[in-house]
Amino acid sequence: MIEAMEPAVRAVGPRAVRVPASRQAAEPVLELCDAAVRVGGRTLWSGVNLAVGAGEFTAVLGPNGVGKSTLVKALLGAMPLAAGEVRVLGDRPGRAGHRIGYLPQRRSFDASMRIRGIDVVRMGLDGDRWGVPLPIPGPRRRAARERVDEVVELVGASAYAHRPVGECSGGEQQRLLIAQALVRRPQLLLLDEPLDSLDLSHQGGIAALIGRICHQEGVAVVMVAHDVNPILHHLDRVVYLARGGSASGAPQEVITSETLTGLYGTPVEVLRASDGRLVVVGRPESAGDGHGDGGGHVG
Amino acid sequence: MTALSQPFFQHALLAGTLIAAACGMVGYFLVLRAQVFTADALSHVAFTGAMAALAIGYDLRLGLFAATIAIALLFGALGRRARPDDVVIGSVFSWVLGLGAFFVTLYTTSRSTADGTAGVSVLFGSVFGMSAGHAATAALLAGGVCVLMLIAARPLLFATVDEAVAAARGVPVRLLGYGFLAVAGASAAEATQAVGSLLLLGLLAAPAGAAIRLTDRPYRALALSVGLAVTEVWTGLFTSYAVPKMPPSFAIMATATAVYAATFLIRRPVPRTS
Repeated sequence: MIEAMEPAVRAVGPRAVRVPASRQAAEPVLELCDAAVRVGGRTLWSGVNLAVGAGEFTAVLGPNGVGKSTLVKALLGAMPLAAGEVRVLGDRPGRAGHRIGYLPQRRSFDASMRIRGIDVVRMGLDGDRWGVPLPIPGPRRRAARERVDEVVELVGASAYAHRPVGECSGGEQQRLLIAQALVRRPQLLLLDEPLDSLDLSHQGGIAALIGRICHQEGVAVVMVAHDVNPILHHLDRVVYLARGGSASGAPQEVITSETLTGLYGTPVEVLRASDGRLVVVGRPESAGDGHGDGGGHVG
Repeated sequence: MTALSQPFFQHALLAGTLIAAACGMVGYFLVLRAQVFTADALSHVAFTGAMAALAIGYDLRLGLFAATIAIALLFGALGRRARPDDVVIGSVFSWVLGLGAFFVTLYTTSRSTADGTAGVSVLFGSVFGMSAGHAATAALLAGGVCVLMLIAARPLLFATVDEAVAAARGVPVRLLGYGFLAVAGASAAEATQAVGSLLLLGLLAAPAGAAIRLTDRPYRALALSVGLAVTEVWTGLFTSYAVPKMPPSFAIMATATAVYAATFLIRRPVPRTS
């Protein structure tokens, strides 16, 4: 049902489809060993063990304020670990910036922002370079333009990429921002609540897009999510964060009444609806509570 | 044309062109970063700085640059992530303007050799009164502002549109924020010499505002903003030369405002589907 909401998958040229074989054999894209983070003397989470390989889709779940965004910041190297070890793309975090695509927590462009979507995508490619791009035709300029067009088509944003980004809807902006994160062919995509404040049909569409990028393009995805249902079918792994602890593994192993009850110390019941959706009754999650988590911003 | 053979006009044209180019570039980012109010406050700071320098007996331009750059950086430090906040600007701005009133009084009452029109020329500019040396210095500084803006344009655009991602990509967001404020302060000091502190906001905001209304492409808008600012200054200077009753500041501002107003007449085809 969710897949049906994704617009017909566009044909992507052979150049766009990368062969992840060379990477799959190598070490994991991302590794956390017994990691913990402390903010202001308070341990947000601890004991996080996670290994993400190329083309794997991992969700980071947990209640508001538990430090889900902080986990992403730790992977970016913007937040030091209090304990344990983290390796990203075979290096310390913060060292492989150009091989990581990052989508921060929900930001929307002001309606007055008169810059085309395609320019926003282009910033992901070379926005950090000094100087101005000179309007001289050449192979590099053509290559840059082709790459931007390619990635815009991959996310299905061609129809509105030339419109001012402020005039695009929330879902359209989110697709453009995903394109921006993908434009440099990252090996790892870090997404912080990309489905937050989108309506249900857009949530399904974006979730399917991310799943497709992950499994077809071989990009490892770590996604912070508030509600697991829109992405459940695409997931390879979940990490549940709790005050002072964590649980990780395959979704069907972790999202169970026993595991979550043990983790949160209060009775949690996981029910499976007839359409496959999960209903978590108890503390860790609520689908109706759509507020961004203030605690995730700590530090 | 006889205007071009006049030294005073040549000086005005030299300084005016480069000042306009600098203001066009800085103005584009001021509009994009929603910091036009910062520029407005800096224009009043320019007045106070100039009057303070005169009251103490220094070169007016020293006061201009010191005050605008220092206060621009102060705005950044008081705001969040080098982005000034409106309440801070409002409070500092009225305090600085009060200080300006104090220096005017000090200047006009204490210095026997006081030039009574100095205050007026700071407020409304005196581009036709520039000496060769003043014009060359002003042009050189404005040229420096242009070069800095060109070097920083792409990362500054990234940091303006998408701060969090830019920071994650290694763009020095804070440094750019402060650097941009300092450059905006320098531009305000420069523009004061051309059109005066009361009118310089028009030179910073009007060409950039018009350019943003005319195109959605960032670098095209930047170039257009510069082009419009320079054309508007030229038009103003020549008009003022032809009609001596019209002070150059007025002619420049009238042109800039007319161009900005004209952009509202152009109906852009905006396909909107939701």
